[in-house]
Amino acid sequence: MTNDTLILGGHEFSSRFILGSGKYSLNLIEAAVRDAGAQIITLAVRRANTKEQENILDFIPEGVTLLPNTSGARTAEEAVRIARLARELGCGDFVKIEIMRDSKYLLPDNQETIRATEILAKEGFVVMPYMYPDLNVARALVDAGAASVMPLASPIGSNKGLATKEFIQILLDEIDLPVIVDAGIGRPSQACEAMEMGAAAIMANTALATAGDLPQMAAAFRLAIEAGRKAYLSGLGRVLSRGASASDPLTGFLRN
Amino acid sequence: MDNQFFVDSAHLSPKALEKKHRLETDPSFRKNHMEYLPGMEQIESDICARVIGQMQSYDYNAYTARDVRAALEHETCSVEDFKALLSPAAEPFLEQMAQRAREETSKHFGNTVYLFTPLYIANYCENYCVYCGFNCYNHIQRMKLTPEQIEKEMRIIAESGMEEILLLTGESRGQSDVAYIGEACKLARKYFRMVGLEIYPVNTDEYRYLHECGADYVTVFQETYDADRYEQLHLLGHKRVWPYRFDAQERALRGGMRGVAFSALLGLSDFRKDALASALHVYYLQRKYPHAEMSLSCPRLRPIINNDKINPLDVHEKQLCQVLCAYRIFLPFVGITVSSRESAAFRNGIVKIAATKVSAGVSTGIGDHESKYSGKETDEVQGDEQFEINDNRSLGKMYSDIADEGLQPVLNDYLYV
Repeated sequence: MTNDTLILGGHEFSSRFILGSGKYSLNLIEAAVRDAGAQIITLAVRRANTKEQENILDFIPEGVTLLPNTSGARTAEEAVRIARLARELGCGDFVKIEIMRDSKYLLPDNQETIRATEILAKEGFVVMPYMYPDLNVARALVDAGAASVMPLASPIGSNKGLATKEFIQILLDEIDLPVIVDAGIGRPSQACEAMEMGAAAIMANTALATAGDLPQMAAAFRLAIEAGRKAYLSGLGRVLSRGASASDPLTGFLRN
Repeated sequence: MDNQFFVDSAHLSPKALEKKHRLETDPSFRKNHMEYLPGMEQIESDICARVIGQMQSYDYNAYTARDVRAALEHETCSVEDFKALLSPAAEPFLEQMAQRAREETSKHFGNTVYLFTPLYIANYCENYCVYCGFNCYNHIQRMKLTPEQIEKEMRIIAESGMEEILLLTGESRGQSDVAYIGEACKLARKYFRMVGLEIYPVNTDEYRYLHECGADYVTVFQETYDADRYEQLHLLGHKRVWPYRFDAQERALRGGMRGVAFSALLGLSDFRKDALASALHVYYLQRKYPHAEMSLSCPRLRPIINNDKINPLDVHEKQLCQVLCAYRIFLPFVGITVSSRESAAFRNGIVKIAATKVSAGVSTGIGDHESKYSGKETDEVQGDEQFEINDNRSLGKMYSDIADEGLQPVLNDYLYV
């Protein structure tokens, strides 16, 4: 437990909370870094593509790793172009692929995501694809060179928690890369639950951004993620579903 | 016939005046507004029939407080729920609607508010739309900016910090053709991150060309979805063809535009029916083109030069707020733009509830940004405005006002890919 780090594309992180993009403010970034302990912050490239006096890039503290995302991309080609632009803007080699062909639910397009992952991994990016939790797709992403997979818990911004729990569990059981649960985590208890299951990290944004007291909520997420991680590492005990049970109710008659 | 819109001018020749009066008084003298003119592309689409079918059968007086309460309790707002929220029965629930709307806005947009400014590059118009200051019979100073003048205006606006621009023209293919608008788009791409268009409707291939020139968002206001009322207000010109206008957004999306914006001009006809049709136009198109970005505006009538009596009839601020809250609850993912037609106080309030985009540093005149932005007097000719604006805050003032409300002003969230 002394050296429990998250490794992504050869980089090591002690924090398992990643701040998502979408709803940004200086206060949010401050709270995420100071109170939630975030070492990775997602940044929408389209949002950084500005001459604005208050460019979001200027707010990212030293030592924090930027995770530019390709939001706004509708195809693999568009995602690739945005990733390359991110590199030119000085955002480093990390990229979170987000490809959506749906403006209502913002659900990721898995097929396009696989194609983009393949291209960008070959170009040396540390590729972290946002995906709908499908085992076959996750395997294809591994083959395509992804550094992690990022299944959604429920629709983005919905704060509904682990609606896809069973399918995320399958990814956790079968995929050797870090599985980072992204989108839909609305409360610390849900983050804790995902971490207990064995998720490598949690990405959240709306849950913090819309909280009444931002720093408190950020701290609550940090504690919940740490608690879930410790529980996972310690090996969860058996949970009895109904009452107590005799030690060998069916086979106690056997002798020898 | 609501003739409070009609204005005669001593500058019209007797012949022109006679034609104008005949258009106003004799429906048989006008062209069939449902018939396409030569050159207008006709696409196969069932969207119009669906929207208009719903609108015609909408009896808003049939909804009760119970329906409104149920609509507010439902997690997903159905078309029926939306109809209840737009009905008079929902008026006493305005505060609850605003609370719910705010929740949805915050889920989808956080606390961000986008800023943009319109740039009118020409005000020539070939149409006679009786409520509009640009109408072809109105005696105003006409103007069309040259490419050099356009660039000068853009430079002044860009220096103010603005990154998104909406290019507008009067509806005159003769004076401001697609090639002219395309050149303006190319110039705009040099100065701005995001270029939108609010011009006369064009064909799919023309939208494609304008997209290639750098535009990525097309706004077309249907004015009113009530085709019979439309016929009484748009008496002459291309704009008179109602169905060609209705399909403009769909043609724009087929032409490769990323997003489209919609609206009725509230106050021209029954505003509840028009609001229903506007939102359903978005709703059905989004189902057909799920990748497209959509947004709604909510303009109300404003006074124009030579007629200061034009007003939005029974659409008061409370009704406008009701419409916007209903839009937000029904279509939580769409952008909602509130223009400078509305007062500063209204805009400050509505960005906290439902609106996600506001204009700033606005002039609806032509070629007057230098004098308006720097206060510098000029001898250069300026074109008259389309309507009187209500909120004349500059970008800087708007930016700080939004921030003071605890919201986050955003100048760009967009990449042309």
